[in-house]
Amino acid sequence: MRVEIKEIKKYFGDVRANDGINFQLESGNIYGILGENGAGKSTLMKILSGYQSQDSGDILLDDKAILFDSPAAGLFAGIGMLYQDPLDFPPFNILENYLLGKSKNINLNFSSAAKQVSALADQYGFEVDIKAEINTLSLGERQQLELVRLLAEGAQLLILDEPTTGISAEQKEQLFTSMRRMAYDEKKIIVLVSHKLDEIQELCDHAFVLRKGKLVGQSEVPCPNERLVEMMFGSLPTRRERHPSVHDEVMLEIKDLKVATYRIQIDGISFTVNKGEVLGLAGLEGSGQGLLLRACAGLEEIDGGEIIVDGEIINDQEYHQRRENDVAFMGSGRLEEGLITGMTLTEHMVLAAEEHDFVINWKQAEVETKSKINTYQVIGQSSSTADQLSGGNQQRFMFSMLRTPLKLILLENPTRGLDVRSTNWIWEQLYERRSDGTAIVFLSADLDEVVDRSDRIAVFSGGKMSRIVNANETNVDELGHLIGGQE
Amino acid sequence: MKEKLKKFYILIPVLGALLFISILLIIFGTSPIEAFSAILNGAFGSQQKFLNTSAFWVPLLLASTGLLVTFSAGLWNIGIEGQIVMGALAASAVALNVEASKPVMLTLEILAAMGAGGLWAGFTALLKTKGKVNEIFGGLALTNLSIILTNYMISGPWQPPEGGTFRGTAPFASEALFPLLASSKFSPLALILSISALALVGFILSNTYFGLKLKSLGKNHYSAFLLGVSSDKEVFLSMAFCGALAGLGGAVRVLSWFDSLRQSISGGIGYLALLVVMLAAYRVILVPFIAFFFSSILTGSISLQLKTQLHSSLGGILTGVMVLFVILFGDRKKIFKKKMDQNNE
Ligand SMILES: Nc1ncnc2c1ncn2[C@@H]1O[C@H](COP(=O)(O)OP(=O)(O)OP(=O)(O)O)[C@@H](O)[C@H]1O
Ligand SMILES: [Mg+2]
Repeated sequence: MRVEIKEIKKYFGDVRANDGINFQLESGNIYGILGENGAGKSTLMKILSGYQSQDSGDILLDDKAILFDSPAAGLFAGIGMLYQDPLDFPPFNILENYLLGKSKNINLNFSSAAKQVSALADQYGFEVDIKAEINTLSLGERQQLELVRLLAEGAQLLILDEPTTGISAEQKEQLFTSMRRMAYDEKKIIVLVSHKLDEIQELCDHAFVLRKGKLVGQSEVPCPNERLVEMMFGSLPTRRERHPSVHDEVMLEIKDLKVATYRIQIDGISFTVNKGEVLGLAGLEGSGQGLLLRACAGLEEIDGGEIIVDGEIINDQEYHQRRENDVAFMGSGRLEEGLITGMTLTEHMVLAAEEHDFVINWKQAEVETKSKINTYQVIGQSSSTADQLSGGNQQRFMFSMLRTPLKLILLENPTRGLDVRSTNWIWEQLYERRSDGTAIVFLSADLDEVVDRSDRIAVFSGGKMSRIVNANETNVDELGHLIGGQE
Repeated sequence: MKEKLKKFYILIPVLGALLFISILLIIFGTSPIEAFSAILNGAFGSQQKFLNTSAFWVPLLLASTGLLVTFSAGLWNIGIEGQIVMGALAASAVALNVEASKPVMLTLEILAAMGAGGLWAGFTALLKTKGKVNEIFGGLALTNLSIILTNYMISGPWQPPEGGTFRGTAPFASEALFPLLASSKFSPLALILSISALALVGFILSNTYFGLKLKSLGKNHYSAFLLGVSSDKEVFLSMAFCGALAGLGGAVRVLSWFDSLRQSISGGIGYLALLVVMLAAYRVILVPFIAFFFSSILTGSISLQLKTQLHSSLGGILTGVMVLFVILFGDRKKIFKKKMDQNNE
């Protein structure tokens, strides 16, 4: 298979998401697509997969021009895409989802489908519990399911849009192994969209760099990181030194906290976080760190113990009360938990505001929104809907809705989908809040982020929390051991 | 070009339905032109007919206006039929038991009807938020209850003195009735009330914090919750608001369309209103027009039987087919999307 992209253009109003892009893809290769947030990566990939159509330009498949009117048509021609935000239907189980995506027959053949899914999953080393409901699955498991579905449909060109943000290191390794196998043994084409240069270097044969809708460079990889970074941003982003600014007073105190879900339970953990301190939580996905964050936010019922914020026991406060009392939570699923598809940025801003008049002053709200999205460098209009923003810009926009000052910020994968520059910038914003005494507790699937950004680190494994270690006295390797449950 | 066409998408299923019915009529050996002109004539043939079409329109518009509120909050207020009936019951209770001047009577009747409709919808909301009973089932159960209550009142306490016919109460005193235009069933006062209600709802939905909260709940329950929207309170308020307007519609039915409480007092306008709002795809401005269109077909086809050999239910069939066509060929995504978000709760 050979794919040629010719002069692809796609404009959204004034935004030139793709502005005349050309390149070629050949069988048996893994390609990386790089570019800052809003560069047009997802747009181009969605065009290639048939999710949306280009304004002009051609896609040639083995020298034949093709035009898909749906992802199904794209898949029929052998092009499958794993979207940045998974698109499956939450209330169904894996098998139903698989059949939903696949079957054109009225009769659903469950038993043969079950065999098919299991066989494919085995072949690529995925573990999928086919009876599980989608909403009980982690992001990583949902991805594996979707991949299996695409493979079952006979995809020859597989596009993965930021597949490694928010999945565990182990799941990532597995994914990479299977991707290599698909490219080198089965001669498929793999396209990986990612912000993580290390991944691109490790996995890809060739990288394309997009910027403001144009292809600004390409390179064989591995190559020096600096080269790619320079193509992406024009210049090397500098990272400011971080000065710890931990105060003496305690902001968050957890005493003998017990939380249980049917998947995992936390059985009595205690710790404190001081004002101005950043506590990072590491661990395989679903090891209890997310549960802890949600319990602190008031989103998960606790079975015992005390949660004390700024000297006040908040056990009995509901999520909304805690929110009013300056405890903020940001989940990792952007369009499922935090943003509303179909609502404009201004509408979001009004909803999230601290004070509300009965009648909305839209003019004023728009002015405020514009200034907010300016400060947070969100690329988009105040009248854009949240789903029209690029993934990274959605993330920035969520940050722009956080109030000031806050006592406690609880974050899940805070820089999911952000490019290097935006990641630095977001953390600078967070650090600035420390002078207000804000404490930050975050979890991240990215160990480097945990080590680099935290003051102290707690590692979770099977619902148990390790002793808390100082970030400057540990490294990624040591954490890796702790994650595996070894002291 | 495409965008422009989209605005008129609603016409496509309507025309499709007309075509479909025409073909059916031809198969059954009747001239569609004759049938449709009979309907048109029935709806607009004389001043009297036009006013009656309008009289049917007013309570339908009230119910549809209420549903705009619940629909935008993502609630399926199927129980609206019962809320209309309760409004009619409450207005009748005032009409039968209070003696006062017309303005006082009307004020009391309207307040009672809105209160009763709101209460009934409020029950449905509480069943949903406190008892985890889906509003569709809660609504249906309460609708049944309201019908049983009506039948009991008609055949028992409010039986006309000359003996029960099981069909209705004795006519109310003239002070209790809406002032009507030119001996038709049309009440200008009721029209003013319903147009004001529509304007109010239009304003609330697009310009108030309350409206924005409803919209966010309707689109993504969980995100809205995370952004600080308390769903229980909003569900209750939007349901009660809708119920109050439906109750007012019920009052208009007893106090202008009829002059007494009857067995099937609502005449199905609650269900019809659901179709109106679905066809309008939640756009406020379309609602009065679609409601009027439905009213014309339905009142127009009442006289169908007299003029042609066709049954008057043709109007009902026509509206039903139209809705089906909309669901099949219209903005299906919108309707389906709504359902998906609901499931995300
Ligand atoms: N449906 C849409 N409507 C309007 N604008 C859009 C739409 N989809 C994308 N855009 C805009 O096009 C630009 C490119 O978006 P795209 O999603 O392709 O970026 P990206 O490179 O994938 O970024 P990220 O790394 O943040 O995911 C952005 O400015 C975005 O706001
Ligand atoms: Mg993207």
